[in-house]
Amino acid sequence: MTRLGFVIANLGRRKTRTILTLLSIVTAFLLFGLLQAVNVLFSAGADFVGATRLVTQARVSFTQPLPMRLLPQIESVSGVDQVMWAQWFGGVWQESTQLIVFATDPGRLEAVYPEFVMPADQWRAFRETRTSMIAGRALADQYGWKIGQKLPIGSNIFPQKDGSKSWTFDLVGVFDGKDEEWQRNTNLAYVNFAYFDEANQFGSGRAGTFTIKLADPDRAAEVALAIDTMFENSPDETKTQTERDFNIGFFKQIGDIGLIVRWILFAVFFTLLLVVGNTIAQSVRERIPELAILKTLGFSDGAVLGFVLAEAAALCVIGGIAGLGLATLAGTMVGGGNLPIAVDHRVWTAGLAAIVLLALAVGLLPALRASRLTIVDALAGR
Amino acid sequence: MSEAMIRVRDVHKSYVRGRQQVEVLHGLTLDIPNGDFVALMGPSGSGKTTLLNLVGGLDRPTSGQIEVAGVRIDQLGSGQLARWRARNVGFVFQFYNLMPVLTAERNVELPLLLTGLSAAQRRKSVAVALEVVGLTDRARHKPKELSGGQEQRVAIARALVSDPTVLICDEPTGDLDRRTADEILGLLQVLNREHGKTIVMVTHDPKAAEFARRTLHLEKGQLLEQAA
Repeated sequence: MTRLGFVIANLGRRKTRTILTLLSIVTAFLLFGLLQAVNVLFSAGADFVGATRLVTQARVSFTQPLPMRLLPQIESVSGVDQVMWAQWFGGVWQESTQLIVFATDPGRLEAVYPEFVMPADQWRAFRETRTSMIAGRALADQYGWKIGQKLPIGSNIFPQKDGSKSWTFDLVGVFDGKDEEWQRNTNLAYVNFAYFDEANQFGSGRAGTFTIKLADPDRAAEVALAIDTMFENSPDETKTQTERDFNIGFFKQIGDIGLIVRWILFAVFFTLLLVVGNTIAQSVRERIPELAILKTLGFSDGAVLGFVLAEAAALCVIGGIAGLGLATLAGTMVGGGNLPIAVDHRVWTAGLAAIVLLALAVGLLPALRASRLTIVDALAGR
Repeated sequence: MSEAMIRVRDVHKSYVRGRQQVEVLHGLTLDIPNGDFVALMGPSGSGKTTLLNLVGGLDRPTSGQIEVAGVRIDQLGSGQLARWRARNVGFVFQFYNLMPVLTAERNVELPLLLTGLSAAQRRKSVAVALEVVGLTDRARHKPKELSGGQEQRVAIARALVSDPTVLICDEPTGDLDRRTADEILGLLQVLNREHGKTIVMVTHDPKAAEFARRTLHLEKGQLLEQAA
């Protein structure tokens, strides 16, 4: 027998209680893993893009389009390398499945987003086919789209000139991400702006955003200021920010996901703290004579503290890792498509930190109580 | 028997109970030679268990000196005292105080976790201790699967396994029937006579005291007489 063996043996003292406590920890960490993955997804919409691009939108809202005549002026700003424009298409697949679809210029997309990789002939087809559309790998896989298909995509914003909300595009390419992070964010599609611009009912020559690839990322603030200053007091005032900030703002339309997730997790962990804390405290109360015997045999105060803390830690580690493991599995099963969540190393790092904090929070007080026991009083039941 | 294994000099012990300070031992002085088997008797509240706890290093005197095996244990810090207990004293209690989640052999092995012995050495020591108390065949049983007498034998094996110089027994037969109690007391006698263990035993039972080499009577915190 080792000291660890003794700790594990003590966990088996009241099996039903231990199993129920473990289940509550597993459930909490399953929830933690999934919610944290959602949180990472929404802030990652932000983090992984880096700081090489700026996004210019109308100052009031990005739902207010900007005229295309701003393009040459933006291109003329010192520090701007390439400019791409895009219009939110509001795609609908089949009955009512919402898709992320933008209308954009194919050549400029390729230049501004080198992170999206696709064979050259498909880029060429995107540029040269009037009704072309390219889809991200995740989206194409989700709906089983194949290159060469004609895809009927509805738009709940832009009808065609004949009033029809149904558009038909030729899928000419499927793009992937340059790395795992970008691959996870290939759940969107682009259609050829030229065709969209000419065929939609609401007029042409307007774009929702201009995405600017910077010649020097260190000049981001300076370039953003120069662009916004240029259009100050004009009918088309702009707001230019880093792509990261733009994405955060975009997601915040749904609500402050981070804040919501944090509050839910706070509620979950507070409840867990009470449940597991009570279990450990009760377990120590029941074993006061046994803990006194350990001290009688020569185990020091520190050793007794260690035993109780180790029991709390063992519960939290076993339950926490099982919960995070289940979350990883669940994330793999539900991930992809429009909600590409992944319980990755960032979620695990946060989860492991939460396990350590939980173990300390629930174990420290009972462990201190056990370590401070007076042998004579404890044996006498005082 | 040779020179004193346990020297108690002018020991006072008082406790605070509620708002009152209660003095349990009043300047007690006592010598117990190496290899002795002493029974401590006296009415409830006379200070028997208090004296036992002090000699075993479970508690500290309010004043006075206690020396066991040449060590002034009244001067040791809490950690030092714990280490000293692990090396020098084995304890046997009335209600056995075994760990219910551990088998007999694991219970006996528990004090050896404080030593630097390898797993194989620990297994060997446990086997010897269980053989001494005649419980080799019950090694894999948990306490609830043992009788009271067997549980007490496991407790004695646990007290013996680290080869202490002194055994402290607090009413070791108080929860046993006469026949089983006599078996346990016979076992203590063997440990004293054949293995040279110094034993201090608290008991209310005069028959149990007959197994000791001598009996000391305590009353109101003072030693009354010394019977052969």
